[in-house]
Amino acid sequence: MIDIAVVWAFIIAFAVFVYVVMDGFDLGLGMLFPLFPKKEDRDVMMNSVAPVWDGNETWLVLGGGGLMAAFPLAYAVLMPALYTPMIVMLLGLVFRGVAFEFRWRTTRERNLWDIAFAGGSLMATLAQGVALGAILQGIVVNGRHYGGGWWDWLTPFSVLTGLALMAGYGLLGATWLVLKTEGALRDQAYRLSWWLLFAMLAAIGLVSIATPFLDAEYARRWFAWPNIILTAPVPIAVAAITALLMRSLAAKQDYRPFFLSLALFALSYAGLGISMWPYIVPRSITIWQAASPDNSLHFMSYGVAVLVPIILGYTAWAYYVFRGKVRAGAGYH
Amino acid sequence: MFEGFDPVILARAQFAFTMSFHIIFPAFSIGLASYLAVLEALWLWTGRDVFLNLFNYWLKIFAVAFGMGVVSGIVMSYQFGTNWSAFSDKAGPIIGPLMAYEVLTAFFLEAGFLGVMLFGLQRVGPRLHFFATLMVAIGTLFSAFWILSANSWMQTPAGYSINAAGQFVAADWWKVIFNPSFPYRLVHMVLAAYLTTAFVVGAVGAWHLLKDTRLPGPRVMFSMAMWMATLVAPLQILAGDQHGLNTLEHQPTKIMAMEGHFESHPHGAPLILFGLPSQAEGKVNYAIEIPKLGSLILKHDLNAPMAGLDTVPRENWPPVPVTFWSFRIMVGIGFLMLGLGLLSLFMRFRGKFYESRLLHSFALAMGPAGFIAVLAGWVTTETGRQPFTVFGLLRTSDSVSPLAAPAVASSLIAFAIVYFLVFAAGTIYLLRLMAAPPHHDEQGPAGNVPSRAAGITPAVGATASGRAS
Repeated sequence: MIDIAVVWAFIIAFAVFVYVVMDGFDLGLGMLFPLFPKKEDRDVMMNSVAPVWDGNETWLVLGGGGLMAAFPLAYAVLMPALYTPMIVMLLGLVFRGVAFEFRWRTTRERNLWDIAFAGGSLMATLAQGVALGAILQGIVVNGRHYGGGWWDWLTPFSVLTGLALMAGYGLLGATWLVLKTEGALRDQAYRLSWWLLFAMLAAIGLVSIATPFLDAEYARRWFAWPNIILTAPVPIAVAAITALLMRSLAAKQDYRPFFLSLALFALSYAGLGISMWPYIVPRSITIWQAASPDNSLHFMSYGVAVLVPIILGYTAWAYYVFRGKVRAGAGYH
Repeated sequence: MFEGFDPVILARAQFAFTMSFHIIFPAFSIGLASYLAVLEALWLWTGRDVFLNLFNYWLKIFAVAFGMGVVSGIVMSYQFGTNWSAFSDKAGPIIGPLMAYEVLTAFFLEAGFLGVMLFGLQRVGPRLHFFATLMVAIGTLFSAFWILSANSWMQTPAGYSINAAGQFVAADWWKVIFNPSFPYRLVHMVLAAYLTTAFVVGAVGAWHLLKDTRLPGPRVMFSMAMWMATLVAPLQILAGDQHGLNTLEHQPTKIMAMEGHFESHPHGAPLILFGLPSQAEGKVNYAIEIPKLGSLILKHDLNAPMAGLDTVPRENWPPVPVTFWSFRIMVGIGFLMLGLGLLSLFMRFRGKFYESRLLHSFALAMGPAGFIAVLAGWVTTETGRQPFTVFGLLRTSDSVSPLAAPAVASSLIAFAIVYFLVFAAGTIYLLRLMAAPPHHDEQGPAGNVPSRAAGITPAVGATASGRAS
């Protein structure tokens, strides 16, 4: 049953994934700022994302705005349920976003904006991870409204997913630095990549162990015969990608670790999809219940079909323009 | 804490606060993006350094303002869900796609080309760079198109039906997008953005001319800004008048509140210039009014009857004092803008345009005028729509999220603290950039790229990009 609601579920999932892929390394790099105390290193780090961060963040707006447009009921239930993490994420993104420009406009307060950059990145990442956990563990729905309290989102599981996302974005940030920098900065990024990879693997493991205990359906979905034929390749692929990633880190192949880390993210994301399908608010609201009327979805489909390929095209061009290693002193600011 | 507060009022306060902070930046960056495109076009066309210097000067300011617009805008796209979830559920099928089109046609375009516009001149050459600048400028206008369409639909809903779940569903997308008030609101807002930018540019030019009348950059920017004021301020007053007539037709209660017309006037309504409207008493105290002029302006007939709020049930009244006063602030500033435009024209013909301290001081004082007028105008139209979110169809009190007051109050306080800190700092950095005059060899945000930047001219760049392609 592939209908327009399913298509839109994949479009929203795609937007969120592109966001996670693209803003993940920006936010990860921000969280790593305190580990690189030298001003020159920080200049290079920031310049490696300065020309593209705004475009990266736009996918978050598409994810949020698209959710409101395509699945208004889900948007209306999830946002109040995730009220505090959402506000924290938005405030974090404010601090992180303005730091890109403010940092270059002052010498006296530069450290302050470096803290805002790192702190904002950390706030946003933690909040996104917590929100993910809060969605997975289930949300109380009352009619067409959120029916729970405003602290429901905070559980050990959601804290775990918050920390997991910090490790994951951290890995993306570190491997991005491996890709875009040289010398001592790159060497340190290599060392961090190892630690963050282990942290991320531990996080994937813990979340995978904890998820089936949240709901019997998650366990059935993953471990019952014959589903296991379809789900077993996911952990096997994770193991294979991890092996490749370790090898490329050991061999210091600057380009590979970043893309292999993205592959790890893609697999984790596919795992999430397997767990959640076909619900958009787990165990309460399916994508068909939440979907906008067909004519709203059709109206937007034309736009997406025409515009998203164009957007991907000029985004790729922007990355191409600023390709290669970022050198100290040859910054954009 | 905050248990006694009304969550609806708190949610409205939060939206008003975050929205007001946000609108300041787009109002400026819509105009500034277009101005930058004009400056770069003039540089490419004439090859005169002064235009490149001005371009780089304003580009740095644009970068800071745009960044603040982006981060405050992301907040807005989530406010609908966090604080107005019932509205999102019901109006999402119509408002959502309009905003999705804004993201797809505008935000990505701006963001995708912003990096090249800010940092890419040396990498892509002047022609491709100009293309990027144009895309950013066009993106800001697309953004205005969609968001004003969405807002206008909430003011004058059209082309919809209501489904079994109580949601608004589009019956005719064309009628939804081009709803009755949209063309007027779009023109009014885009002109407002252009005027806002013109008055900022004019004030910066005036500030430097007050210190040294010979500086080439400030002379050019001041002259360009004053032409804009002279030509656009009268157009804006005309557009505002037409917008008002449209509002009278589709949202008469808003006009009643703006005019302070509590009572009906069967034989011609007065124009109340000033007074103290009292919502409770249902009248305007200490009114200074001109008989019959209200009917003349709104109906183009001295004796045309005008209905007042006494014909409307009280529970459908918008808050009159706020609407009444914010409207007067906007109109007052509009006429001050016209006055400055005319004075600048007079000084041009007198040959004192670059020397008149009176003109420059007036222009400097008018620097923030556009921002205040834009805020006042939005307060008028949004407050005048109350007590509805979708005018006449969905009440504000039925639109909010099922949240307790403490949650909304805490987030409001958090936004207030963060915004005041962050945007105060940003404003200081902007003023600091504006305080120094544009100079020879002005560098853009890509400033410290060694020496290559200085050598680039349209001709050299053209060959460079020719080689690259």
